[in-house]
Amino acid sequence: MIARVLTTGVIAGLVAGLAVAALQHFTTTPLILAAEVYETAQHAHEGAEAGPAISGLRRTAATSVATIAVSIGYALILLAAMLLSGDAIAPRRAALWGACAFAATGLATSLGLAPQLPGMAETELAARQIWWLATALSTGGGLFALLRLDSAAVKIAGVALIVAPQFFAPQPATPESTAPAELAARFAASSLAIQSISWALAGVLVGLVWRLLSQEKEAS
Amino acid sequence: MNAKSSANAAALAPSRLEALKAAAVALVLGFGLVWIAGFAYPESVHDAAHDTRHALSFPCH
Repeated sequence: MIARVLTTGVIAGLVAGLAVAALQHFTTTPLILAAEVYETAQHAHEGAEAGPAISGLRRTAATSVATIAVSIGYALILLAAMLLSGDAIAPRRAALWGACAFAATGLATSLGLAPQLPGMAETELAARQIWWLATALSTGGGLFALLRLDSAAVKIAGVALIVAPQFFAPQPATPESTAPAELAARFAASSLAIQSISWALAGVLVGLVWRLLSQEKEAS
Repeated sequence: MNAKSSANAAALAPSRLEALKAAAVALVLGFGLVWIAGFAYPESVHDAAHDTRHALSFPCH
């Protein structure tokens, strides 16, 4: 069982990650590179350096590896969620889990901390990371209570879990982006699209690969 | 009869136990991978995952 779960997670995450990495290359990455030009110009003016130390093909490869790692992580989390809740693992069901996971990690977190280009105003990193994780977990738990549990009191608690984190988002006091608004708007939209595709693909592929591996096991 | 059915309910079926074990392993590995790629602090990891962190809207600087 453990072997089948891990194999499914790795294969589904690898394929989903490769597809998402290719999409990133044409959507979000060019916007990040463009924003870094503005950020570097501003920093050069102030005498500081900007952006990561990797460039060119190595940067594309590193980005792809990171995206594949996240996708395998997403696939394993979806598998764990379906096993814990006793669901049958199938493409449609897994895609629905992926959609809810996107609502938790993508939509809810973006309400408080919009997808960010380099050079935008920001607050302390640790506080943003803690808020992001707490919001994703709280929203996910809230959605589960709303969609899967029957008691009215539990459903009300679910709504509270979804709404509450939004009052504590660590937003910067004043906007001070070096990137033009058009770039930032396009980036926010592209990022949300990429995130929804990552979760949906991870879900569908988990369902498909699981079905294939299960058939193989029954046949042998 | 009643004692037997309650005993059955108390002990998890072996297949369910196996599924829970697999779920725990998948959960730990899944969160671990997302943590390394999306949140970990070492500069080399941050630089390598920088564009992915921004694209998937993990908090980054």
